[in-house]
Amino acid sequence: MHERPRFLLAGDRGLLVEFGAVIDPEINQKVRQIFLSIEKTPIEGVTEVIPTYRSILIFYDPFITNSEKIEKKILERQGKLADRDIPSPETIEIPVAYGEEFGPDLEFVAHHNGLTPEEVIEIHTSASYLIYMLGFTPGFPFLGGLSERLFTPRLENPRHLVPAGSVGIANNQTGVYSIDSPGGWRLIGRTPAKLYDPKRSPPILLKAGNQLRFKSISKKQFQEIAESNGDS
Amino acid sequence: MEIFEIVQPGAYTTVQDRGRFGYQQFGVPTCGAVDAFSYRVANALVGNFQGQAALEVTVLGPTLKVLHQGLIAVTGGDLGPLLNDNPLPMWKSVAIEPGDTIRFKGVKSGCRSYISVSGGIDVPAVMGSRSTYVAGKIGGINGRPLTTGDRLKKGEGTGKAGVGVPADLIPTYPREVEVRVILGPQDDYFSEGIKHFLAFPFKVSTKADRMGYRLEGDPIKHKEGVEKSIISEPSVPGGIQVPPDGQPIILLVEQTVGGYTKIATVISPDIGKVGQAKTGDLIRFQQVDIEEAHRILKRKEETFESILKAITQ
Repeated sequence: MHERPRFLLAGDRGLLVEFGAVIDPEINQKVRQIFLSIEKTPIEGVTEVIPTYRSILIFYDPFITNSEKIEKKILERQGKLADRDIPSPETIEIPVAYGEEFGPDLEFVAHHNGLTPEEVIEIHTSASYLIYMLGFTPGFPFLGGLSERLFTPRLENPRHLVPAGSVGIANNQTGVYSIDSPGGWRLIGRTPAKLYDPKRSPPILLKAGNQLRFKSISKKQFQEIAESNGDS
Repeated sequence: MEIFEIVQPGAYTTVQDRGRFGYQQFGVPTCGAVDAFSYRVANALVGNFQGQAALEVTVLGPTLKVLHQGLIAVTGGDLGPLLNDNPLPMWKSVAIEPGDTIRFKGVKSGCRSYISVSGGIDVPAVMGSRSTYVAGKIGGINGRPLTTGDRLKKGEGTGKAGVGVPADLIPTYPREVEVRVILGPQDDYFSEGIKHFLAFPFKVSTKADRMGYRLEGDPIKHKEGVEKSIISEPSVPGGIQVPPDGQPIILLVEQTVGGYTKIATVISPDIGKVGQAKTGDLIRFQQVDIEEAHRILKRKEETFESILKAITQ
C-alpha cells in the first residue's frame, strides 16, 4: 500500500488516486472508504467517481474546481476517516446452473486441475468473492477470491458469441458475462440473473465493494427463474 | 411528430446527445457526440436547449426523406450535404419541407457531421440520455445505428431559418492535425518513448470508431524491464494506450476499462479533432500542462459563447 496516495492526471477532467500497486483486499478497502465518503458527502465540482481495484478515478468540472483542490480534499478526508466508517459490504447470491450446455468447459476445468466436475462446483460455490470493480461491459464484475485449485488458462481461440449470464474462469479470475459478447473465458455455468437490464431500476445488479457468492441450481430452477424474468 | 424516414443509413449514423453520465462506475460509458463542439453548435443554431439529441453521421452520410416541416442545421466535418440535390449550407439553420430529401455527396473534410433538428430527435431517454450505446443496446433506436426504414420523431421546437455561425469561428479539419495532450497517468512507464511519441506523427488506421482510434507509426517503446500492462482501470475519453506492440490507441467515448499503460491523455477540447480525423489522416501530439489545458478549454468555451451570442442577436 502507498503510504500517501499517488495522484495521477488523467487528462484535464480526470484525476486518478492510487492507493497501492497490487490487487489486495486491504488496498481496496481504502478505495471503498474514500469512494463511499464522496458518494455520501460530495466534493464540490466532482461529477463522477469510479472505484477500481486499487484506485479511484475522479471526474471533475474544470470550470468549478481543479486537480489540486481535489487532491487537498482527498488527503483531508483520508486523515479523518477511520475503518469503522465503512459500512459492512452486502453479499449477493448469484444462482448458477453448472455444466452441460450452460458450462461447456466445466469438464476441461476439472480435468486441467485434476478434479471432478462436482469438486469444481463445490470449490467455486464455497468462496465469497470481492467485487473489485465493474466495467469492460455494463455490469461486468471484476472479482477477487478465486481458489488457486481452479486456475485455468483462457481459450486459445475466443468464442464469437458468449451468452449473457455465462460464468467463466480465465487464469486467476472468475466472472460473469453481463451481455452477449465474444469472449475467451472457460465457461463453467450460466446464471439466469440479469447483471445488466436497462429496463430495470437500478439497471446494474452489482456494486463495487460488495461481496458475491455463487449458488448451484438445477437446469429446471434455471428455466423457472428465466421465465419469471420474462425470458423464455 | 415524425420528421425523417431513413432511405439509406450511410456508413454509421447514430442518435447522440451530450452523453450518459453517472453510470461509469457500473461499466456504462458516457457515449455522446464525439465532436461535442460541433454537436453543441448544431443544437444552438436551431434554437434547441443544450443536450437535445441530434444525428451523428460518419464519413458516408445517410439519405433522409423529410416527413414534416422543420428546421435543421448541419455542422462538423463537410461530408457534402445536399438538400434536393442543391448544396445544403453548413453551420447555418435551414428550413425543410415534407418531400425534401437530404443526402451526402461524399467527404470533403473531416469525418463526422451533426444534423440537428429544431425540437431535438425524440427517442426515449435511457439512464438519463438518448445517446446510442451499441454494445449496451440502449439509446437511439433500439440501441443500434440507424437502418433503412427507421422513422425518427422530433419534439416541439422554436428557432428560425437563416441563422449562421460567423465564418471566422467555423473550425477547419485538415488531414494532418495537432492534438494537445497531458502526459500520464502512466507516463512513468516510458522515458525515450515519450520524446518519440511527441516527435513523430501517427496515421489513423482503418480501426477507428467511437470506442477508439488505433494509430500506426514508428512503435513507442516502454522503459526496459517494465510491465507493459497494468491492473485494469477505468479509461477516460482521450486516454492514449500503448499496448506491447507500441502502436498507440486513443480511447474515445464507448470504452470504460483498459489494461494497457496510458502514456498521455488528449485534452477534452481536442477530442473533437480526433473524432474528425479519418483513416489515413495524420495526428501529431503536442504536450501541454494542466493549467494550459484548462486555459484552452476556457478559450474554446468562449468561442462557443461568441457563437451563441452571434446566433441569438
